[in-house]
Amino acid sequence: MINLSLTDKVMIGTALLGGMSGVVGSFAVLRGRSLVGDMLAHAALPGICLAFLVIGTKSLLGLSAGALLSGLLAIVAVTSIVRWTRTKEDAAIGIVLSTFFGAGVVLLSLIQKPGVGGSKAGLDSYLFGEPGNMLTGDLVVLAVVGVAVLATVGLLFKEFELVCFDSDFAQSQGWPTLRLDLFMMASLAVVTIVGLPIVGVILMTAMIILPAATARLWTNRLRYMLQLAAAFGLAAGLLGTWLGRDLPAGAAIVLTAAAFFVLSILFAPQRGIVSRLMAEYRYRKRIEREHLLRSLYELGEGKADHESTIELQALRDYRYWRSLTKLLEQAADEGEVNLTQQVVELTPLGQRRAARLTKAHRLWELYMVQHVGIASDHVDRDADDVEHMLPEGLLIELEQKLASEGRLPEVAQEVPLSPHQLDSPSSEPPSEPSS
Amino acid sequence: MSIAFEIHDLTVAYQRRPVLWDVDLTVPEGSLVGIVGPNGAGKTTLIKAALGLVPLASGKVEIYGRSYSEQRNLVGYVPQRESVDWDFPVTVRDVVLMGTYGRLGWFRRPGRAEREIAARCLEQVGMSAFANRQIRQLSGGQQQRVFLARALAQDAELYFLDEPFAGVDAATEAAIFELLQTLRSDGKTVLVVHHDLQTVSEYFDHVILLNMRLIACGPVETTFTNENLQKTYGGRLTILDEAAEAMRQRDGA
Repeated sequence: MINLSLTDKVMIGTALLGGMSGVVGSFAVLRGRSLVGDMLAHAALPGICLAFLVIGTKSLLGLSAGALLSGLLAIVAVTSIVRWTRTKEDAAIGIVLSTFFGAGVVLLSLIQKPGVGGSKAGLDSYLFGEPGNMLTGDLVVLAVVGVAVLATVGLLFKEFELVCFDSDFAQSQGWPTLRLDLFMMASLAVVTIVGLPIVGVILMTAMIILPAATARLWTNRLRYMLQLAAAFGLAAGLLGTWLGRDLPAGAAIVLTAAAFFVLSILFAPQRGIVSRLMAEYRYRKRIEREHLLRSLYELGEGKADHESTIELQALRDYRYWRSLTKLLEQAADEGEVNLTQQVVELTPLGQRRAARLTKAHRLWELYMVQHVGIASDHVDRDADDVEHMLPEGLLIELEQKLASEGRLPEVAQEVPLSPHQLDSPSSEPPSEPSS
Repeated sequence: MSIAFEIHDLTVAYQRRPVLWDVDLTVPEGSLVGIVGPNGAGKTTLIKAALGLVPLASGKVEIYGRSYSEQRNLVGYVPQRESVDWDFPVTVRDVVLMGTYGRLGWFRRPGRAEREIAARCLEQVGMSAFANRQIRQLSGGQQQRVFLARALAQDAELYFLDEPFAGVDAATEAAIFELLQTLRSDGKTVLVVHHDLQTVSEYFDHVILLNMRLIACGPVETTFTNENLQKTYGGRLTILDEAAEAMRQRDGA
């Protein structure tokens, strides 16, 4: 055997545990079974105590077998209560969890009475976790379970995904959903039970839920969620052990995982609070800018020869502006307008963008008016998307309608706007906008 | 014409309370069938029984003359939209790919052939532009169309659709209707749980009237009558008014 210091062992062990908790936890969380892990952890206690009373030693394998048995018994109990009485699943889980845990605590106090010899057995570690007790043999068990979990999920990814998302549909295709479900729960049970002596009954729940819930914030694909959950669990194990050298390690690991979660709530892309606020801000900005360009275009449209010089006051009166000056300055920086004291003028670039925006806007407007019921589904789309959203035939029809009213902005079609030109406002776009 | 779907003496009970009594019916191949009845009439249960999703207290279900478990690959299924968690971390394409899982079998992952099928089915329901969207970002009608695409990917002969028209926008309703027509012209058989009595005659050529027991089953012209609707809906006046309105519209047409 390789010689490892205790700290190394603890770090490797907790990292392994964190990684696999993340993977099995992801499926549990998505299947709405977060609390099943909690129940398994609590329900394991009487099994552990009974196994100890039977075997008489604290062998990880023996105690785990006991834990697994009472865990399975608890699952059967919950399933039967839900099936045969009108109790809801969460209530049933609460009942079974506390009953089993109560029984476990009673057994534990019996074992620890002088004469039974359990006081030195250290069964307490199952309550609060004691990674410091980790032996090399325990590491081997963790590694074996970890590999088994990875192999299972690797082989049955498609099946688990289908059952978690839509088990009725899965069953209609002939998948044995009940057995797949049980298999998922069994892997959850095994991971929970090997994790018990490390982080303890109460904190094991957190190891199941936290990495999965954290990963969910970062991705919309199950595949990546599993990988991220494993990574978060692993990192929580390593970092927590290291940070909590002089603290109860189980608690330190869980607090680290919780810190990941809180940071993710704040900073995750799309779902994070900060990015949501940012996106909202950017959206408001974009709307305002589009209003500016469209207003300038429409004001110019009214004039002879589409003259593009607009008096500032006319623009100010055209609609309500929150901060027109700033908006104009930004547009000038973008190279969309030329700005002087009294007048504002669309540059060729600005003219073209304005024409495109106005066209899309008017197509939408017309579409929504003409196809009232149908359009309701599409109205939240960005105006730019109009050409991708509507069938081509309808688009042509709408364009012709606009043209007949003389309201179809002419957009230069041949040369698509290149993003490079947008970056350098000094260079003029190659094609003149149609006037 | 051959028989696509047949039910003999079907009784289904939830906790010893029967939901469907002694239902007997046959559906000819290539027909569009509306399943109509009041709430709690057992419409969804009928579909679930046909698909083997609920245990049968008695009776049997046959698909092209054989049991469901033998004919699974001939059947496509669109569950009610609310039956799944739309916040699940999958994209539109992932969901449609699930339609191919039944044929793929154990352990095999969907490959290029399956992705092509999925792309084609998305095209058919007009959702190609959304293939990479997370499903939560879709409107109700779009979600419904994704479910339809998934059923199309099953490449079945017989389709069961559970309330595909519920809570969808007019564009989706039109798209579904068009899709039903296409399926029929391809010789497929489609059974649809449907709520809107006014559109029954327009959308379907057969109708199953259900209220815990089978009231009537047959071609719309002869089966979707005022008398049968009375029997199906009993004394519920508002619904009967609606039905009368539907009658008028049909007779006017």
